[in-house]
Amino acid sequence: MIETTELTKRYGDKLAVDHLTMSIPSGQVTGFLGPNGAGKSTTMRMILDLDSPTSGSAKVNGRRYRDIRFPLHEVGSLLEAKSVHPARTARGHLQWLADSNRIPRKRVDEVLELVGLSAVAKKRAGGFSLGMGQRLGIAAAMLGDPQTLLLDEPVNGLDPEGIVWVRSFLRSLAAEGRTVLVSSHLMSEMALTADHLIVIGAGRLISQGSVADVVAGSSSSHVLVRTPEVSRLMSVLTAEGAEVSTDVDHALRIRKVSIERIGQLAADNAVVLHELSPQAASLEQAFMELTHDSGEYQTELKPPPPPSTTSAGGPN
Amino acid sequence: MESIIVLWANVRAEWVKLRSVRSTLWALAITMAITVGLSALFCSTRVARWDRMGRGAQLIFEPIGFSLNGIFLSQLAIGVLGVLVMTSEYGTGQIRATFAATPTRGTVLLAKMKVFFLASLVVGEISSFAAFFLGQAILSSKSSASLTDPGALRAVLGGGLYLAGIGIFGLGLGVILRRTAGAIAVLVASVMILPQLVELLPSPWNDDISKYLPSPAGQTLFHITSTRPSLSTGVGLFVFLAYPLGACLIGWVLLRTRDA
Ligand SMILES: Nc1ncnc2c1ncn2[C@@H]1O[C@H](COP(=O)(O)OP(=O)(O)O)[C@@H](O)[C@H]1O
Ligand SMILES: [Mg+2]
Repeated sequence: MIETTELTKRYGDKLAVDHLTMSIPSGQVTGFLGPNGAGKSTTMRMILDLDSPTSGSAKVNGRRYRDIRFPLHEVGSLLEAKSVHPARTARGHLQWLADSNRIPRKRVDEVLELVGLSAVAKKRAGGFSLGMGQRLGIAAAMLGDPQTLLLDEPVNGLDPEGIVWVRSFLRSLAAEGRTVLVSSHLMSEMALTADHLIVIGAGRLISQGSVADVVAGSSSSHVLVRTPEVSRLMSVLTAEGAEVSTDVDHALRIRKVSIERIGQLAADNAVVLHELSPQAASLEQAFMELTHDSGEYQTELKPPPPPSTTSAGGPN
Repeated sequence: MESIIVLWANVRAEWVKLRSVRSTLWALAITMAITVGLSALFCSTRVARWDRMGRGAQLIFEPIGFSLNGIFLSQLAIGVLGVLVMTSEYGTGQIRATFAATPTRGTVLLAKMKVFFLASLVVGEISSFAAFFLGQAILSSKSSASLTDPGALRAVLGGGLYLAGIGIFGLGLGVILRRTAGAIAVLVASVMILPQLVELLPSPWNDDISKYLPSPAGQTLFHITSTRPSLSTGVGLFVFLAYPLGACLIGWVLLRTRDA
């Protein structure tokens, strides 16, 4: 269990993380999502006590990270920036890490095997490709067989083979019931691996919950109704507090009222319906909609088209 | 008790770090080669020029300290290595792995000091003894000393300690400055350039200030006599060690609050 309370980090006049309160549930893979510059890496560094918060706090299993005596047994981490001396061999790197936390040396060979680097154990890390470097980072994170893992953009810059490998590795962690916080700026990536999502933008919490919750919470999710009696149904629904927009073909797109309630209201008022169907937003849509006001580089993120003309949310 | 266990685990880790990078071994070998090689060079030159030196100069010639003068150059090799012990971690980003593994940063610093002090002391002492014996062998036809002469053993041991002290000074500067170039610049300035600059001050300020600088103060450890006003060996040791320990102390204060 990782918790942050009002966690804030200011670099000069740049507010990188802004009163972020969140909790990462145990035994699940939590996707930590946000556009570039949202504050994901900064948050992770503060959880690991590498950067000190301007205010607020972060706790791992109820303690501050710095109060854990040999933290590698409890929390493994892969940071965004490389943190390996290029002149040292893969084994040498893992060996000092193991020694620093009293992890038996034989574990070094186990994790090298786990990430598929046994053959290059005696090669200098400086000569490793991005993918090999990432594997070495993951080996380091797994060294103490920790229950909790923090992985900052583990697939960033990897070739397709590497991406597939990281994905299956994340799934295996989930299957073992470990607590994983994995950051990404790609919603689609998270949809494949995460059970739970935390979405941040401009350092602030935007949404947290299960993948389904986050998608349902998006305003791109709505109910589609087709009826020959558009105006009658509209007045019934608006009286009920629904947000209704009209579409072509006698279709209405309805938000803020449940699909069950809409069916009931139609029956009560003897309105003929030709269609009554839930329209889920795609993950990407939900994510872009959630973060498009907050991204540091807003041009990278196109907001979804306005709902009244959208064809989005069709079956997917 | 807890922190002792963490400290020892980190001493082991730092030992692995030190010996698993080839450039460390090079720097230690260079320290040794310069100390011994320059001693041989100075001493043979002195022997060659002996007869032209004049009676007075011959009488005040002090062979013990003279054979250890290579230290004035080799201190740079060990000092730079000390700097790199810290700055290479910052330069490569490894520092984050280090502090994520051991969040009590003071313990990491203490472990580094311990390991590097021991490594550089061993190398320093070997260099110092080798320089002394080789130097005396070369000087033997003119004026030489033996290890049993008064002050000789102290001076030879002191030479090794001086090198280890400069190594730790470099390490402390590395913690404070985090950048290799900056820390090396400050190291060179304080052990080599500053004494020259202070020399230019009007008397008696030059002598009064000069003897408290790291190299003149530390020189009392391996010199028997001095041509300039200097501190006693006891006070010199104290003043000299204040530099490495002071630098590490300032570094520790900064480490505690700084972002890694
Ligand atoms: N060490 C730092 N100094 C100054 N600004 C920083 C530093 N680290 C991050 N930032 C800024 O803080 C914001 C959040 O960065 P980061 O945490 O790296 O975001 P993310 O990982 O979500 O892309 C960015 O605007 C970034 O430029
Ligand atoms: Mg980042």
